[in-house]
Amino acid sequence: MSAAFSRRVDAALADPILKLAIDRTAGTAEAKRALAVDGFAHFEQARTRAAAIKDHVVAHLGHYLEHFEASATAAGAQVHYARTADEACAIVIGICKAAGARTVARSKSMLGEEIGLPHALAEAGIGRIETDLAEHIIQLADERPSHIVWPAMHKTREQVSALFKQHHTAPHTEETIPAMAESARRHLRQGMLGADVGISGANFLIADSGAVCTVTNEGNAELSLVPPRVHIVTAGIEKLVPSMGHAAQLLRLLARSATGATLTQYTTFYTGPKRAADPDGPEAMHIVLIDNGRVKMRDEGLAEMLRCIRCGACMNHCVVFRQIGGHAYGGTYPGPMGAVLTPALDGLAASRDLPNACTLNGKCQEVCPVKIPLPTLLRGWREKSWREGLEPATMRQGIGAWAWVAQRPRLYRAAVRAAIFAMRRFGRGWIRALPLARGWTAHRDLPAPDAESFMSRYARGER
Amino acid sequence: MTPAPAPRVALFVTCLVDLIRPRVGFAALRALEAAGCTVVVPAGQTCCGQPALNSGARAEAIAIAKRTIALLEGHDAVVVPSGSCAATIRVHYPELFEHDPAWRGRAEAVATNTYEIMAYLDEVRGWRPDTALDATATYHDSCSGLRELGIKAQPRRLLRGVAGLSLTPLDGAETCCGFGGTFCVKYPAISNAIAGEKAAAIDASGAELLLAGDLGCLMNMAGKLHREGSPVRAYHAIEVIAGMGDGPAIGEDA
Repeated sequence: MSAAFSRRVDAALADPILKLAIDRTAGTAEAKRALAVDGFAHFEQARTRAAAIKDHVVAHLGHYLEHFEASATAAGAQVHYARTADEACAIVIGICKAAGARTVARSKSMLGEEIGLPHALAEAGIGRIETDLAEHIIQLADERPSHIVWPAMHKTREQVSALFKQHHTAPHTEETIPAMAESARRHLRQGMLGADVGISGANFLIADSGAVCTVTNEGNAELSLVPPRVHIVTAGIEKLVPSMGHAAQLLRLLARSATGATLTQYTTFYTGPKRAADPDGPEAMHIVLIDNGRVKMRDEGLAEMLRCIRCGACMNHCVVFRQIGGHAYGGTYPGPMGAVLTPALDGLAASRDLPNACTLNGKCQEVCPVKIPLPTLLRGWREKSWREGLEPATMRQGIGAWAWVAQRPRLYRAAVRAAIFAMRRFGRGWIRALPLARGWTAHRDLPAPDAESFMSRYARGER
Repeated sequence: MTPAPAPRVALFVTCLVDLIRPRVGFAALRALEAAGCTVVVPAGQTCCGQPALNSGARAEAIAIAKRTIALLEGHDAVVVPSGSCAATIRVHYPELFEHDPAWRGRAEAVATNTYEIMAYLDEVRGWRPDTALDATATYHDSCSGLRELGIKAQPRRLLRGVAGLSLTPLDGAETCCGFGGTFCVKYPAISNAIAGEKAAAIDASGAELLLAGDLGCLMNMAGKLHREGSPVRAYHAIEVIAGMGDGPAIGEDA
């Protein structure tokens, strides 16, 4: 385990407030999702269809990119392409500067986090107002999101209250959630209405209409994207779907999988900037389509990961995430989907712990609305890590020696006899401490082996 | 009408049963024979290679898979008292030979013939035990068996045939116990936190016995329960089904 990962894990495990916060939110989501799935006839068929839609688009990306560009352009938007995170940020900053923007209102987007947009805006001297309530909390705390749906899930309401009192001009005086929400509303509305540019991500890009779909529960996207003069969309190229009908099929799964709701409070399709007859809307709409390693992922065995619709169900149901929370993963995306994406985005050498710190229990795949075989993809990273010599020497030698012996039954029997003899010296019944197995006995007792192995007793004729 | 001939079944006991708890192997033998099988125990068996497979050591996993396939082919069925080891053979062996048509065929032939023991007894043999144990037990669904092989109802159906045994539900029975093979020693602190929650749920079930179908998970849960001072005793479900649930539990000196 890398020192950095170990430090983050230890800090998370030692934080009872974090555990409480995770269990409150993810526990509720888990229960509500189960109810939503129970009430959804043909859920399994819907998953199969959703996976097929995404697979089709990912296999024909070129076609749908061209189709989307033509449709969006016809609707009056400008389409830009960025190969890397830096290119994407440079395009966004360029548009902001050309528009003379001093402040931007941003509607929560994990892709924005992935490409480092908050940092790039700060470097360019452009003010940023995060308009999603949880992102607002994260901005006040100067932290990073710990979950892709609830960026501030690691914070309890008590901690949020303290942050609001410290930063809001007219904070709440009553310790109630409505009073806190009102405080945030007062604070955020001014910023949203005064911003020069609104920046959002996209949940879906509709190829045949050029529309960009966002889903929120707070209406902050609508309020931060319609009043400013310019709307910039940053979206990964895997967000494409052929038509509104396809988006609708995925939407049915997205909210149910994320929160257990039938649909988000707001599901909005933005098609081009303000038209002549429109009462409001931005004067210009820019859509930045970002690769940032996605084509490489598709071509190098991670195509199924590009199905992901960012619902967060995999992490809500992950026993590891539920213990260590999102920050411990150290990347933009946490949980099982993050453990697959982070090695692709940040490099395997820096993140080899993530695919390894998983019990391969398969729950994530079971709840994934687009049937991503997450355990298989995590195993794929483990194989690459092994091939490239990134696994620790002790593990490589241990597995190597064990595998060699396991192919030689007589030697293997001798090794089993030796192991029984050695282990029984540390205890009969339960072993409370065993050198070389401290990872086990530090936390659990270990059952000592019986005096003789099964194969040996069977060979002697015992039945 | 002549009775159907007894199927010739290869018992693959798994490395953990061989090393730690031979009783599970003898229980498997007893149950299979009671279900009318002729059981052979291939002498060259060691481990299915799961630790190599899950560590990313593909070449090592392939080498072990080849010799295990050669050892197990040619039987009417291969039966394994572990969901995760059975899934390694049944699900993952064919994947290992994706680009090796000759071995792929042999791997698939063994894979389709390989069964977790309780699934085999229940679904293939349609057998019910004729044993008894006066106790309350709760059952944990080990992840690989549950999600890779669909093992859920089979052990419960068999356990209902054990006279005097009453099954009590386990909250979060399908939640991973934190074992995860080498995971539990590579990331012991995370594994422990997960195991702690599992142990608390088992304790809260009020059952006297914890049953499951995988020795690795059982050692993890029983080891955590014992460290925490819980009185719950743990057995592989096949021990109880085969009428060996009155012997020493996991961690009790024989």
